[in-house]
Amino acid sequence: MKLSYYPGCSLHSTAAEFSASTEAVFRHLGVELQELEDWCCCGATSGHSLNSYLSHALPLHNLILAEAAGEDLLVPCAACYNSLKAAQAFMAAGSQEALELNEWADQALGRQYQGGAKVRHVIDMLADPTMQGLLEGRLKPVLNGLPLAAYYGCLLTRPPKVASFEANPEQPQLMDRLLARCGATPVAWSHKNECCGASLAIPQPQVVVELVRKIVAAARRAGAKAIVTACPLCQTNLDSRQVNGEEALPVFFITEIIGLALGLNATPWLKKHLVDPRPLLQQQGLRAVS
Amino acid sequence: MAAQQVIPSPRLVLVIEKASGQPVSRCYQCHKCTGGCPVTGFMDLMPHQVVRYVQLGLEEDLLKSKTIWQCAACRTCISRCPNGIDIAAINDALKQRTLARGVQPALPAVAAFHQAFLNSIKGKGRVHELGMMIAFKMKTGSYFQDVLLGLQMFRRGKLRLLPEGLKNRERFRALWQGEKEGQR
Repeated sequence: MKLSYYPGCSLHSTAAEFSASTEAVFRHLGVELQELEDWCCCGATSGHSLNSYLSHALPLHNLILAEAAGEDLLVPCAACYNSLKAAQAFMAAGSQEALELNEWADQALGRQYQGGAKVRHVIDMLADPTMQGLLEGRLKPVLNGLPLAAYYGCLLTRPPKVASFEANPEQPQLMDRLLARCGATPVAWSHKNECCGASLAIPQPQVVVELVRKIVAAARRAGAKAIVTACPLCQTNLDSRQVNGEEALPVFFITEIIGLALGLNATPWLKKHLVDPRPLLQQQGLRAVS
Repeated sequence: MAAQQVIPSPRLVLVIEKASGQPVSRCYQCHKCTGGCPVTGFMDLMPHQVVRYVQLGLEEDLLKSKTIWQCAACRTCISRCPNGIDIAAINDALKQRTLARGVQPALPAVAAFHQAFLNSIKGKGRVHELGMMIAFKMKTGSYFQDVLLGLQMFRRGKLRLLPEGLKNRERFRALWQGEKEGQR
């Protein structure tokens, strides 16, 4: 199996371990990831905040590249995933602006968007029957019952009609199921898809500190020993903005946990975290983690 | 505002419905949006009020409000709205109108951040996080905020010193230019 791969800006920088663990997991399962040649930034929150044209044109640039490559597009970043899905919905609605954008893209890139590119988030992909088949027998329940809070954040499930691949976007389950297969105990908790504040962390850190405090307190209340995310902004905010007196909870990427359960060497990824998760894993009997 | 007599004007609602693509007129003020919004504690207008103010045409209050900049675009409101209204998209249309009219944003740091972010993409096609943060700090004077955190991230190899760029920058710039060339 072969997939096109769109890491996005964060995965080349602040969330390098999300990219490294995603690539390692898929490679281990025999899936070839071909990074999209010359991908551009999706525009993220700033794009749609200040410039409607760019909020569609930037993801469209990448959708057109993906269509030319011909494979499904794997996207680990929840924000990139959401931008791509929103651009697809915008194009599918077929407004005058969408038609004009497509004509302009044709002139600029030499190719129109035809609506064929399939965008898959990492969780969506791992929950796919084909991938479940590849994981069968390979995932080991190495986490020995470790209670983990699966944190989905905003952009994987909202707006539901545009973005969600979950049966119930208010109660997403796919990450919980993956964690259970790795031997963890996913906790039932209240803040699964509450917002962390995302990019407000830079202009308004005090807002993010407050939102993170509530999310972490909820995870703790439910008995979780760590939080698991599938978004580079959620991970960065939760990993860097816990300031309460108690010991901070480690914050994993889902692909790091899958990598551990596949027996891959997770140390280079885990070393990048601000809250070091290695002592917790060692306590849990994972001696290979150093 | 509440003490004054409001004479509703339908002008703003037409403009914002078009700019945001949202059916603002459908709102019947059930307040579910405000009930679920994670950042109401930092807002001056509640999300349901933003929609009502647009319906009534209270443009000045909206363009001067913190709320339109405070919105985290988490989309909880549209997920629960019985009328399918995306208030984040309305806030985006209002932010753009604020800047287009030369009104001073009520949360200038948020506006400066978004501008620094887009400038960072414009040059090379990808965001250079370190460069973008430095540009943001120069603009807002927040030189010391998060410096320790930045150093921690740098030590762990999470911040690249040099920006990455696209190889085919011409084609990217041509697409970027479409904004001006098109009908907008």
